[in-house]
Amino acid sequence: MLIINNLKASINGKHILKGISLNIKPGEIHAIMGPNGSGKSTLASVLAGREFVEVNEGSVVYLGKNLLEMSAEERAKEGIFLGFQYPIEIPGVSMVNFMKTAVNEHRKHKGLESLSASDFLKMMRDKKELVEIDSKLANRSVNEGFSGGEKKKNEIFQMAMLEPKLAILDETDSGLDIDALRIVANGVNKLKRPDNSFIVITHYQRLLDYIVPDVVHVLYDGRIVKTAGKELALELEEKGYDWIKKEVENNVIA
Amino acid sequence: MNGKSELTERYIALYKENIDKISSISSPYLNSFRKAAFEKFSTLGIPTKKNESYKYTNLNIFFDHEYKNYFIPEESDFIKAEEFRCDVTELDTHGIVLLNGFYPTINEKLLQLPSGVWIGSLNEAAVKFPEIIKKHYARYAGSESDGLINLNTAMASDGVFVYVPEGVTLTKPVQVVNLVQSDEDMFNQHRNLIIVEKNSVFSIIICDHTLSPRKFLTNAVTEVYVGENAHFDLIRVQNEHNSAGKMTHTFIHQEKNSVASSNNMTLHGGLIRNSTYHYLGGERAECNSYGLYLTDKWQHVDNFVNVDHAFPNCTSNQLFKGVLDDMSTGAFNGRIMVRPDAQGTIAYQKNNNILMTDDAKMDTKPQLEIFADDVKCSHGATVGRLDDDALFYLQSRGINKREARLMLMFGFAHEVIQNIKVEALRERMDNLVMQRLKGELSRCASCLVKCG
Repeated sequence: MLIINNLKASINGKHILKGISLNIKPGEIHAIMGPNGSGKSTLASVLAGREFVEVNEGSVVYLGKNLLEMSAEERAKEGIFLGFQYPIEIPGVSMVNFMKTAVNEHRKHKGLESLSASDFLKMMRDKKELVEIDSKLANRSVNEGFSGGEKKKNEIFQMAMLEPKLAILDETDSGLDIDALRIVANGVNKLKRPDNSFIVITHYQRLLDYIVPDVVHVLYDGRIVKTAGKELALELEEKGYDWIKKEVENNVIA
Repeated sequence: MNGKSELTERYIALYKENIDKISSISSPYLNSFRKAAFEKFSTLGIPTKKNESYKYTNLNIFFDHEYKNYFIPEESDFIKAEEFRCDVTELDTHGIVLLNGFYPTINEKLLQLPSGVWIGSLNEAAVKFPEIIKKHYARYAGSESDGLINLNTAMASDGVFVYVPEGVTLTKPVQVVNLVQSDEDMFNQHRNLIIVEKNSVFSIIICDHTLSPRKFLTNAVTEVYVGENAHFDLIRVQNEHNSAGKMTHTFIHQEKNSVASSNNMTLHGGLIRNSTYHYLGGERAECNSYGLYLTDKWQHVDNFVNVDHAFPNCTSNQLFKGVLDDMSTGAFNGRIMVRPDAQGTIAYQKNNNILMTDDAKMDTKPQLEIFADDVKCSHGATVGRLDDDALFYLQSRGINKREARLMLMFGFAHEVIQNIKVEALRERMDNLVMQRLKGELSRCASCLVKCG
């Protein structure tokens, strides 16, 4: 589904990603963990098409296409979804109008007719139930005045509406209490299918109690320094990141 | 020559040449103010950029021009006014059409609605209701600093009169359509007087349109009296072509416990200056002053707001927003005066602007004068671009950049529109603003006189 090869990227001339390679197959959940400042969010931004990140080297192939040549909206319509670490408040733009526009753009891209108003509202209702979000949220402006937990749930709701093939969840668990965390994780589990994949970026192991990853990567200083099964997450929770940092430094010396 | 500008001399001459004609068709009471107002105008003159409240607006482009003057209405003109129908069919209103500032002669000049409300011609009302007119006419329009207000008092002879008796709730708004139509470049002035007696509820919509592609200049004064415990809403929709200059001076005088709102929605027009004066003349009065301006090409829109907290425990709220494209320019000047006795005042002011290009320009100036100590006051102004983060957020959901920009601009504007209480008009404004932002709204969009 997604093949990243030796990806190097910088922001304002500062090198953040220093050669990342990843191969994600349909149906897989990959967790990317790592200490603050290791480049996790930058990787998410590159994949979603944020313009301020400059790609210096390497390639990203998504479903056989060069992802880096596509605009952010094309990527979205091709099935990439970014769950934001900090969802943006947009006063004056209603959730209904926002989602209707987005869903119909996706449908147009697939050669489908726009949804009728009643079909669309039914879809909203169904998806709201699926991800257990308060139905009142949908009547408000996008994220405006939402609590931290509501914003994150709203990201999962949008994901449910757009049914992506590859969802990248950037620290969706940060700032969530245990109930919200459970709702977010349940949402992901319900949306998981054999033909779609997830990249779950997280700082803590906590979320991975609910979303069980197939592969865990540790990102440190712009590189993936360790890849293993889900047991790696537990090890990190227990020992912290220091032993990884030491291992990396020893390798560099060796 | 007495230090007066050539421009001011031009209007002094205009007065002298036409005052007999104007007086001949006006009621004696309106005429009784003319001489003093003219003298005041002669002293103050046409405002220049040296006048602090006109610092960012050059009036010369419109005032320094030869216009045909429209002092006596012609019957044939009103047939055109009759043909005009507002196309907001779901908007259920009592309609009035003013043509070039005059109330149509072929209709009844004063009409009493079943609720007891009178609507009609100011000039006619000055004859029929002398007591009411004497109590309110020229009482609220402060004449000390702005020559244009005096020019209006000196020469205007008609406009809309509304009288809402005590304790009447008018559920349907009154809609005034101001039409300007002439085959020659034209200058016109009119004067509105709206009286809402105590415990009454009333809203009025004023729509400004131009019907022919000439250069126009309008100088209009509106005085509003809002009695004790009354509710009043004014919504002004400005949709004139870019060769039209429009000066509006609106004075809203409020008694205690009253609530009044003014909403200036500027979609089109060449040079627009809206001065809105709110006088909180009794305890616990509340006023809201809203404005939205969408400009492009060489348009210039200037909003001047003056909120006068003269009594304790009043609340005021100013919200003005603008989207400026191309090389258009704008100005906002928001004054809050809190007088020494006005303890417990709450006053807010916000002016946010989005500049779409490097050539667009906005000047914004808060002016707070606070002479009481128990006061809660805040003001904020921003001039910036569309938020990149918000733009990316929308794009990341598959919405293309153009559409995403539109959605953001619309959302920005909607914060002002949502304050319109008349639902049909609110929806209509949402549509008009969306069309305007898409560049689809031509000045003829809402006009049935298909002049091509």
